Parts: sequence; structure tokens; C-alpha cells
Amino acid sequence: MKKRSRLAEWLVTAPSFVWLLLFFAVPTLIVVSFTFHGHTANGGVAKEWSLVTWRALVDPDYPAIVWRTIRLSFEITVWCILLALPCSYAIARLPKKMRALVAGSIMLPFWTSFVVRVFAWKTMLHPDGWLQTCYISFLQVRGWLFGWLPAGVQSFLEWSGLVSHGAADLSTATILDSELAVVLVSVYTFLPFAIMPIYTAAEKFDFSLMEAARDLGAKSFYAFRKIFVPGVKQGIVSAILMVFIPAIGSYVIPQMLGGTDCVLIGNKIFMRAIQNRNIPHASALAALMAFSVLVPMGLAFWWRRRQNLRDKKRLADETARRMTMGGVA
Amino acid sequence: MKKSFFAQTVLGLVLLFLYVPIVLVVAYGFIPNGISMQFTGAEGEILGFNAKWYRQIFTNAPSARKLLDSFWLSVEIAGLATVISCVLGTTSALALHRWRGRLQSAHHALVYTPLIMPDILIGISLLMLFVACQVECGFWTILIAHVTFCVSYVAMTVLARLQDFDDAVMEAAYDLGAGPLTAFFKVQLPMLMPGVVAGGLLAFTLSIDDVVITSFVNGAGTNTFPTYVSSMVKHSKNLPTVFALSTLMLVGTCALVGVSKALVNMRQKKMA
Repeated sequence: MKKRSRLAEWLVTAPSFVWLLLFFAVPTLIVVSFTFHGHTANGGVAKEWSLVTWRALVDPDYPAIVWRTIRLSFEITVWCILLALPCSYAIARLPKKMRALVAGSIMLPFWTSFVVRVFAWKTMLHPDGWLQTCYISFLQVRGWLFGWLPAGVQSFLEWSGLVSHGAADLSTATILDSELAVVLVSVYTFLPFAIMPIYTAAEKFDFSLMEAARDLGAKSFYAFRKIFVPGVKQGIVSAILMVFIPAIGSYVIPQMLGGTDCVLIGNKIFMRAIQNRNIPHASALAALMAFSVLVPMGLAFWWRRRQNLRDKKRLADETARRMTMGGVA
Repeated sequence: MKKSFFAQTVLGLVLLFLYVPIVLVVAYGFIPNGISMQFTGAEGEILGFNAKWYRQIFTNAPSARKLLDSFWLSVEIAGLATVISCVLGTTSALALHRWRGRLQSAHHALVYTPLIMPDILIGISLLMLFVACQVECGFWTILIAHVTFCVSYVAMTVLARLQDFDDAVMEAAYDLGAGPLTAFFKVQLPMLMPGVVAGGLLAFTLSIDDVVITSFVNGAGTNTFPTYVSSMVKHSKNLPTVFALSTLMLVGTCALVGVSKALVNMRQKKMA
């Protein structure tokens, strides 16, 4: 009987196991092994093992690209979470019938092809379009406000890189082909994936706690920050992962909207793999990207485990305290 | 109760932000002059809407032929990938649910990791595999790639459904004399069907919309709908046709979802 069950397990496991082993695990190992080879002139992989590829990664170009990718992904994640928090709060407070409808309408735009939506943005951000006009007036207002600041503050802001030199590039500044376009459209693309997990957590959240806080004199925003946000933190952690990971790997949006200045790791991988056929370099960049995804994943797991441990410890402490108190009394 | 005007305003603005591009996709499908993508003519007069681009799609005009070919290729690949990944995903979920041990830990890791990897890494590693094996990229490599990333999603969806599944039902089937296969096909599978269908729908949408992985493994000349559209940066003359086709797809999906919702409602009413 035992033996037959073992056979059955193998039979049921085999199809998916073998498929993923062949087409996911083995290719990953191939990528890792390719990073330890040089490349040949005709676009192949050199036979002998070497560290040439890893050494070439210090090329001043690459660290800048990796840093830009991480910085932009971080920006995108922050914007998504900042927008998703009030949204999921508002949806969760709607009457029950409305809730499903609004939650559904958040996902509905995703029934149009992703590439087509990016193209719609591309036409909207066109230099002759109305968004460009808005952008220019925004820059003008910003430059005007900047002029009012004391000279010391001005030079500090310029020195810290928080403000690029304002009025000089007004005539050539465009939204299209800039980092701003990439962040904007990425937030547009990933926002529903941030709203959904936070909304799921918010639906289970007990809103009478907020009321209690207000009755005790807390301002609305204070109650939101101190009661609601910690109450949905599990949802926030999954939302961060749902946005940050695809943002790190994003390649279509910067390709179509980022122009020549906004090249991210994804674009570089594609360039190296398809256009100039340098397979070891593409592999090494992919390994770097995997690393920058696994680090936040690991942090999230560690955080969750620490939370669990802390909850357990708090429970144990509380129990111990009660028991000794009881003993004293 | 105090209403939260701030949160509601943000929600309203976000909905607007999400829908403006969709409205434009629909509107662009009706404008007569494709190249400038403007709603006004050279003298600033407002151009009327017309169905020129829709006519091209329905008459299978030569200028839209490539686009339509790529669309049907996408449908074909998505359909095949859905069927294969439903089979693989369901067996995988069954194994993960039924057994524990070292084999299943490894299996779980294999199924779970593709979910947390960016698409581009799956794309590049498959390309490396095909390069290492010297396989010509084309239809089959795209299909393999799509199945690979769909399996995990189907497995997770079916696994979630299995968590609510009462194993006593299977015991009852065995007690009544059913063999393992009969019990599976007659009892367990029908009860799991909603999960399998949900996973399949997810797989179909992911496959038909995928551009990143496909652009690595499609080889020269084979284009699915998303890769064809993304290659149109250079020749955007046909862009309105793309928008018209997307509008048709959107309407089609909405109709499908509406019909399936209505069917579910009808069945629930009948049951009640």
C-alpha cells in the first residue's frame, strides 16, 4: 500500500515538476553559468571559464543603471502606496453593494491590452498635446516660485539635486522621453495591484476602532495614520512586493516612453541579449536583477517572521504577567 | 458618522486617472486621420467620427492583415497555453495538497518562485536555454514560455480552492466503491471546476497580454498581438486600427463576463 501511494505521488507530481524543472530551474542555472564565461565575436559564449563578464560590470555605465532602476522602482512604489491607502480606505467604507462594483471597476481597465494602454499614454503625452501644456505651465510656476526663494536656499536645493535648473530648459522640456513619463505610466499600470491587497486587508479591518479613536479626541488624519495604517500593514507589505518587483523588471514602459536617458536594467538586458548579442553580459545583468528582487523579498519574510515572533513573545509575557499577578493576589 | 471626503476625492481622481486612457483608446478608434492622432483638422475644425478603421478589420483589408494575423496567433497560443497549464496546474495543486515531504517542498518551491520573479528574468533564462540547445525560436518556443509562467498561477488558484475542499467526500466515494480515477473524475474534479476555470481565465489573460517574455523567445518574424503592437513605434500608420481592435476586444470581454455573471446568478436562483 505504502509503495503504491509513493508511485501515485510521483505520477501526480511529475508533469508540473518536470516541466518547471526543465523550463524554469535549468534555464536559471544556465544563466548563472553563462555569467562565468566571456563572449565571442560572433555572439556566442566562449568555451573557457573566466571572470571577464563580472569584471566588465564595473563599467561606469552599469552601476548608474542599476541605481536608476532601484531609485525609480522606489519612487513608483511610494506613489502607489500613498494613493492606494486612501483609495482602499474609501472603498472599504462604501456600502456593501457599491464595494464590489468599485473594486471591479478598478480592475476593468486591465481588460485592454497593456501595450495598447501604453500607446494611449504615448499619444496623450505627445509634445503637441494638452498634458505637455500643463507640464510647461507647471515648470513655469515652479521656476517663478523658485525665484522668490532666498539665494542660499536656491543654491542648496540645486546642490542637493532636489531641483534641476529651472527656467533654462523650458523650451526643450518634454514629458515624453523623460523619467517623469516612466514614473507616471508605471504608477498607472501598477496602482490596481497596490489597491487590491490593501483593500482586501481593509475589508477585514474593524472600523469601530477608528470611531473609538475619534471619540477619544483623535483628529481624522491622526486616527488614519495611527489606527488604520497599522491595521492593514499585512496588505501594505504585499502591495509593496506586488509593485516593487515588476517595477524592477519593467522594460516596456521605459522602452516606449523613457527616451534615451531613461534606460533601466530591463532595457539593458534586452539590448545585450537581442540587439548586440552579448549573452554573458545579459546573463550577468539578469543575475543582478534577481539579486535586487530577492533582497526585498528576504527582508519582507524576515519582517513577517519577526512580527510573528514578537506577537508570540508579547502573548507569552502577558500570560506570565497575568499568572504572577494572580499568584500575588 | 464622519464622512472621509479626502479619501473619497482621492478615489474619484484615481478612477479618473485609470479611465482617461481607456476612453481615449475607444475614441482614437473612430478618428478619420490616423497619422496625426488629432481630433481636429489642419484649420482647427473638429473632424467627424467614422468607422474607417473598423471597416478595415471586418473586411480583412491588406493593410490590417498583419495585425489580424498576429491577433489570431495570440488567441491560438493563449488557448493552447491555457489548456496545457490547466492540466499541469491542477495536477500540481493536487500533489501539493495531498502529500507532504521533501519532494513536495521542492515542488512547492518550483511552483512558487516563478510568481515572485520579474517576467523579464523568465524570458531571458528561456532564451538562454533555447540558445544553449540551439533551438530555432518560433511558435513552439512561445508556447513553452507561456505555459511555464501560467502553470504557477493556475496551481495557486486551484490550491486555494482545494483548501476549502472536504476530503471526507473522497472517503465517501471510496467507501461506495469508486476507484481513485473514478473518484477523481466524477467527484473531485467537478467540485474543483470553479477553481480550474478561474485559474484558466487568469492564464488566458496573462498569456494573451504578455509582451515581455514573448519578445525574448519569439524569434524573427513571429509576432503575437502585443509584440506586433509594440513594434509599431516605427510604423504607426495603423495605430487607429489597433485601437479599434482593442475596443472590440474590450467589448467582447465585457460581454463574456456579463454573460457568465448572469449564468451564475441564474443557477444560484434555481438552486435557491
